[in-house]
Amino acid sequence: MSTPSLRQLSLDGLWKNNPALVQLLGLCPLLGVSNSAVNALGLGLATMLVLVCSNLAVSLVRGVVTPAVRLPAFVMIIAALTTCIELLTQAYTYELYQVLGIFIPLITTNCVILGRADGFAAKHGPLVAAYDGLAMGLGFALVLLVLGGLRELAGTGALFANMHLLFGPATADWKLTLFDGYDGFLLAILPPGAFIVLGLLIALKNRIDHHLAERRKAAQPAPPTASRRVRVTGVIE
Amino acid sequence: MALPRITSPHAHGPNRTQRVMLLVLAAAIPGALAQCWLYGAGTLINLFWASAVALGVEAAALKLRDRPVAFFLRDGSALVTAALLALALPPYAPWWLTLVAVGSAILFGKQLYGGLGQNPFNPAMIGYVVALVSFPVPMTQWPAAHAVGLLDGLQQILGIVTLPDGWARATALDVLKTNRSLTVEELWQNPAFGHFGGMGAEIVNLAFLAGGLFLLHKRLFGWQAPVGMLAGLFVMSLLFWNGSGSDSHGSPLFHLLSGATMLGAFFIVTDPASGATSPRGRLYFGLGVGVLTYVIRAWGGYPDGVAFAVLLMNMAAPTLDYYTRPRTYGHAKTQRGFKAGD
Repeated sequence: MSTPSLRQLSLDGLWKNNPALVQLLGLCPLLGVSNSAVNALGLGLATMLVLVCSNLAVSLVRGVVTPAVRLPAFVMIIAALTTCIELLTQAYTYELYQVLGIFIPLITTNCVILGRADGFAAKHGPLVAAYDGLAMGLGFALVLLVLGGLRELAGTGALFANMHLLFGPATADWKLTLFDGYDGFLLAILPPGAFIVLGLLIALKNRIDHHLAERRKAAQPAPPTASRRVRVTGVIE
Repeated sequence: MALPRITSPHAHGPNRTQRVMLLVLAAAIPGALAQCWLYGAGTLINLFWASAVALGVEAAALKLRDRPVAFFLRDGSALVTAALLALALPPYAPWWLTLVAVGSAILFGKQLYGGLGQNPFNPAMIGYVVALVSFPVPMTQWPAAHAVGLLDGLQQILGIVTLPDGWARATALDVLKTNRSLTVEELWQNPAFGHFGGMGAEIVNLAFLAGGLFLLHKRLFGWQAPVGMLAGLFVMSLLFWNGSGSDSHGSPLFHLLSGATMLGAFFIVTDPASGATSPRGRLYFGLGVGVLTYVIRAWGGYPDGVAFAVLLMNMAAPTLDYYTRPRTYGHAKTQRGFKAGD
């Protein structure tokens, strides 16, 4: 298999084959913790870190793991890395660890990670695989952040509340209150809001893709009509 | 070329969508008038504002979907959704609440699924539940009877001034839900209670019943769904009522004439798109709504449960249809469900 270029990898991870918007993988954490920007960013970063490390590790061992046992082996690698991340969040951002709760250990079962490990990292060299993990993880984390931000904004009228959970006390005043006296659209923070906002994001992405395709089609020179053969016999559709 | 093969009898119904919708709107007039008499002009303002929002959102959604706007607006289904929502929302609900409720009803409840007839859920109830889940406080502020004037009400809706405390009052269902130890005499002395059901709400319910009977007489829907819902509610409340005050959950008559019972039974449960389709299925559908309404009223977190009950049963409608499809004439009864060994 030919090695894809870095540009292609980035484009795939961030847009064309985005794990959250196109592959629709890892929806459980995506919908479960995206009720505020800080939760989304925390889980997005953790997932990205696991993805990069697991892709790298899987790519390194790809020659010695036989196909029959590859999936258990990959899951063991991912689980070990997830445990490391869990211990790290517990050590450095304990409050966030408590907020994210079960979703950090659940990174192990995130389909994006196993999907990339088996579908990409097991077939490519370590550096390319690690870069693919970075691009995919970034794509996942960005969608998670946008989703969390939109839901927080609609639900509470503010953005980036409680950022100190992730970045320390210096960032406690990052909270932006955009609407004063906003009643709070509770549905956006509740689970249905996650489905609705993600649906709208996917629709927006498809709309943009559609628009770009139309533009590309319009930009191509139209085939000269004079050379077209005119059919004079047979079936006219 | 395939010619359409049509066999006799060539029966044709006069029921176009527009006519059906206009009849439903006409049948809702008694209920709307009763609400206006009870609560003042708030219901009327709600009706106009909700209709304007519904038409606007529907037109915008149709335009985005590249559908003929005028054709679909003229069928009146958006107006019916708006009217039912406006009658279900508290009068003097702030303008943005009606906007959110009607907007999500049309957009998420109807157009996203493909428009009229494609919606698996009742759009009006989707809008109601979105508003109820998101804004519980303004959604439970029902005004005391004859308490709010036109100008005050308008200002309250626009959010210019807030009415003095005490304009809103607990409904009879609220009183029953939050008090456990009132005797029958104390209950009837409570200003929230009228002769049988909630004060004034009984009149509103009777008015909706009259409108619903008119629709039934016009044969817009079968008797199965409304009778099923009322029967479910009646039987449940008879079983769990011990004949005394608020330590049990109110008499059958009280439940039939309080809250959104009649509006739900004749205007919501009878929705042909989101309910079950076979007559027997509709009976079960109505029964389910009635039982669930009682369960939510008696043991749930909300004082009234018609909206949640309808949405839950909407989800069950395909299953009901699967099990209640009538036998085709000349064919054996089909085996349905899981067989042993599957």
